[in-house]
Amino acid sequence: MRKVAFSLMVAVLLAGCASDKEQKGAAVEERKPTVEPVAKPTVEPVAKPVVEKPIVGNPLKDPGNILSKRSIFFDYDSSIVKDEFKPLVTAHARYLAQNADAKMTIQGNTDERGSREYNIALGQRRADSVKQMMLLLGAREAQIETVSFGEEKPHAEGHDESAWSQNRRDDIVYPGE
Amino acid sequence: MTSRYAQFLLALAWLTFASAAHSQLNIEIIGGGANQVPIAIVPFKAEQSLPQKVTDVVTADLYRSGLFKMIDSGGLATLPSEPADVQYQTWRARGADALVIGSVSPISNGNWDVRFRLLDVAKQAQLTGFAYQVSTQQLRNTAHRIADAIYEKLTGDVGVFGTRITYVVKNGTRYELQVADADGYGAQTPLASNEPIISPAWSPDGTRIAYVSFERKKPIVYIQSLLTGGRTVLANFRGSNSAPAWSPDGKRLAVVLTKDGSSQIYLVNADGSGLARLTNSGGIDTEPNFSPDGQWILFTSDRGGSPQIYRVPVAGGAPERLTFDGNYNVSPRYAPDGNSFVFIQRNNGRFNVAVQDFVSKQTQVLTDGGVDESPSFAPNGRIILYATEVRGRGILASVSSDGRARLRFSVTAGDVREPAWGPILKGQ
Repeated sequence: MRKVAFSLMVAVLLAGCASDKEQKGAAVEERKPTVEPVAKPTVEPVAKPVVEKPIVGNPLKDPGNILSKRSIFFDYDSSIVKDEFKPLVTAHARYLAQNADAKMTIQGNTDERGSREYNIALGQRRADSVKQMMLLLGAREAQIETVSFGEEKPHAEGHDESAWSQNRRDDIVYPGE
Repeated sequence: MTSRYAQFLLALAWLTFASAAHSQLNIEIIGGGANQVPIAIVPFKAEQSLPQKVTDVVTADLYRSGLFKMIDSGGLATLPSEPADVQYQTWRARGADALVIGSVSPISNGNWDVRFRLLDVAKQAQLTGFAYQVSTQQLRNTAHRIADAIYEKLTGDVGVFGTRITYVVKNGTRYELQVADADGYGAQTPLASNEPIISPAWSPDGTRIAYVSFERKKPIVYIQSLLTGGRTVLANFRGSNSAPAWSPDGKRLAVVLTKDGSSQIYLVNADGSGLARLTNSGGIDTEPNFSPDGQWILFTSDRGGSPQIYRVPVAGGAPERLTFDGNYNVSPRYAPDGNSFVFIQRNNGRFNVAVQDFVSKQTQVLTDGGVDESPSFAPNGRIILYATEVRGRGILASVSSDGRARLRFSVTAGDVREPAWGPILKGQ
């Protein structure tokens, strides 16, 4: 067995040397093209579905959808919804109007200044302010609960206006979020 | 406060912090009162072997009240523990008006006999004295009772050294409701949560605390028993539920609900039954507090356009506005005698503790911290406990009701806020 293997190696080595040389004068066999018959020369076309319609992603989670935006920010000591947040409030109100089973909680928040309990009341007023706007836009009372976190759940932990302006806000939360 | 003084205070706070790191709350003395009584406290006989030296606690209690000047009791060949041993001329020479002597002796079952006498140095007579039989665990509380007895005899006021306080510690995202002795020792944690806890309020008998917890993603009012740890939901209506306040008889509470619209004050029995609306404004009515006689409720309302303090009869009726200075007066709490109330007043963006007299209507601003919150009276009306900040960290502080004596409490870690001083326990 070992002897056979050795012979094969030698043969391979020799063959290798031989292939380096140009092969001249070797005859080339010519083949004529032929077509073999097949049973079915046709091809199935690409199948089209009987019904085709898009599956809608959750608009509440779609980063491209305004419904994925959930925070409304307020001026100091104010619960007035600023113009820049009206499209957001309107979109969520429409969502509630179009989805009778949908519910949301609006969580009102304040900056850290002043009494914690008074800030609970101010945050509640901010949440109620957005709720009132949504009711005017077709949402129903039973769909929206407003609660307040006062100053207890800041977005930003700083102690200056740049932090405070991020903390004076309403957050819209849907069930299970 | 000058910056140099502030640096000194910080250094002092650090020293206090370093030397007593085993306790959760440490206390720093910022100012003294006037008319201090000079008192000498002789180390009690045989207390050196105790794990808790009684006279250290008594001395610290009396010193921190700001009403006593501590006279050195060292350098004596023998320490008197009985009236017959006392050489009054020694104490007169040291300037002491009052002298405390006592002893601690082991009795059966590992318990101790602790006794003390308070002596009038000028009259060479006993003013008061008590003997106690207590366990080792009770030694610290016994020292507070001794300090209370001395305080009461020499000032005519009720002592509050044996009472407790509650407050909330925030450490990262962890919130703990804690209960500690009035000197900050022995902190216990009846509730811990990863959501905020605010507005703890003691029941008048000191056995329960009502508070607001956000553990269910909205403010809900609970009542928790400190004896069993069990708790009940007092108010969980649609919307926000907050600001619990006990009636003096402990049978019902005032709470703030938003179930019918804006934040309004309701009365409810302690078992959650019998809900009735008290205030009717289109604006904010919050932070209720019962008068000591149970007839009135103080509260904060913005019905006049800015948050101001009002009072309304508990039986119902027209609210009366009480504060007119400035455009932000909040967090009212009655003094125990019902003659004045403490509150937070904003001036030029700074929030400070103020007291207003019901009769004279005069207001006195007591603090200059600038970010002061949540004031509450000690049950003897002499001290106001409140929350403030030092370098962005929440701490507790107290100020005497005349504004003279001040203390700061600090914890080893975390933010401390929402303090409330507990009652004097009957038959304690």
